[in-house]
Amino acid sequence: MPVQYDGVMEEHRAVRGSTGVFDVSHMGQVRSTGPDALKFLQRATSNDVSKIPLGGAQYSLLCQEDGGVLDDLFTYRLGDQEFLTVTNAGNHPADFARLAKIASDESFDVEVTDEAASTAMLAVQGPSARALVESLADGPLPERMTAAEGTVAGQSVLIAGTGYTGEDGVELLTSLEAAVPVWDALIEAGATPCGLGARDTLRLEACYHLYGNDLDPSRNPIEAGLGWACKEDTGFIGSDAVAAARAQGTAEQLVAFEVTGAGIARTGNPVVGGGVVSSGTFSPTFEIAIGMAYLPADKAAVGSHFDIDVRGKHRTAVVRERPIYRKG
Amino acid sequence: MSEASYPDDLLYHHEHDWVRLDPQGEWATFGITWYAQDALGEVVFYDAPEVGATLTKDESYAEIESVKAVSDVFAPMSGEVIEVNDSIADEPGVVNDDPYGGGWLVKVRLTSVEEKEALMDSAAYKELLG
Repeated sequence: MPVQYDGVMEEHRAVRGSTGVFDVSHMGQVRSTGPDALKFLQRATSNDVSKIPLGGAQYSLLCQEDGGVLDDLFTYRLGDQEFLTVTNAGNHPADFARLAKIASDESFDVEVTDEAASTAMLAVQGPSARALVESLADGPLPERMTAAEGTVAGQSVLIAGTGYTGEDGVELLTSLEAAVPVWDALIEAGATPCGLGARDTLRLEACYHLYGNDLDPSRNPIEAGLGWACKEDTGFIGSDAVAAARAQGTAEQLVAFEVTGAGIARTGNPVVGGGVVSSGTFSPTFEIAIGMAYLPADKAAVGSHFDIDVRGKHRTAVVRERPIYRKG
Repeated sequence: MSEASYPDDLLYHHEHDWVRLDPQGEWATFGITWYAQDALGEVVFYDAPEVGATLTKDESYAEIESVKAVSDVFAPMSGEVIEVNDSIADEPGVVNDDPYGGGWLVKVRLTSVEEKEALMDSAAYKELLG
């Protein structure tokens, strides 16, 4: 996926106003099949996998023993004993190796298959995305946070009511060969091709974490504000550390912010007095500089002001409620 | 977005800045070229120098930001800032739409007009761009 096709602002506004399509085939997929598939994922991932209904989807984390986050994941339940987990591209090889090792070390009766190389994924997002995809589909689309097999532009696809933009929409998982005609049909139907640049501004307005920026192995889910995606009583790997962090609190806390004056904070800019900007950009929707930052926990309350050192200049910011953008 | 253009009445610096000299050679207007704004993408913020600031040829004097990147702006000649284009703050896209007109960045009282000898004319700059 390129950074942009015609321009980040234009692509961003297409997703907020109508429909954009992203080729996110760089994302990884791992299929877990077998009698122990549920027990295996319950052990490997942070959320309560038993709560995913058939055809449902769930966000979770892959944690180290010490609670450090190795990746954030979406898992779809495709059958009683069959799950598909979507990983981040850069983490995928390590994720798959870890998952395969857990399955083998703990003798789960599950087959864990790496499907990244054979799976294409298109994210169709925006207020009219569903209608656009539905016009190319052979039936109604699955609801938000559910997934179902279907046909789009004559091709067999897994349709998932998920996304990373803060808008309604679907993600389509299919074979590499089928993805090309599906992409062409989506563009023909009026979807705007969108790149990584808009994907980043959209997700940051919606305050979705980006692995590598807002999440990494030195951060636990509690300080990242992802305690809701952790169910420690399932006994997942890292659950003891997460439970301890939840009970004791963390030194830092991830917040959303807005720069109140001039300037744009960027990833890695230090916060004056402690903390760091994990993601920062210009918000095309609100035309202000926004971001997420790890702040000392006692300074992380909504409405708190703090200064960011942007290449030697102090820029004032205020902690905002998450998300910064909520669809109307 | 405007069409690619490199007007003949300007001088060009290899860091993709342009200079419009006043006829007496005492002061000049600086900006970034069509190529620079196109490479940067939609401009959303101009961190301008103060009036009175001293600019040194080939050194950064300002920052321009697009959604995705920050870019230093280099002084094509040395001098003192006598005026800053404040209108960019309200409408940063003017740097993209009109890089040689409404998108000018600073006006500068030149320290040594001879520095212009190191700059390129339009033909030489276009050759640099290839």
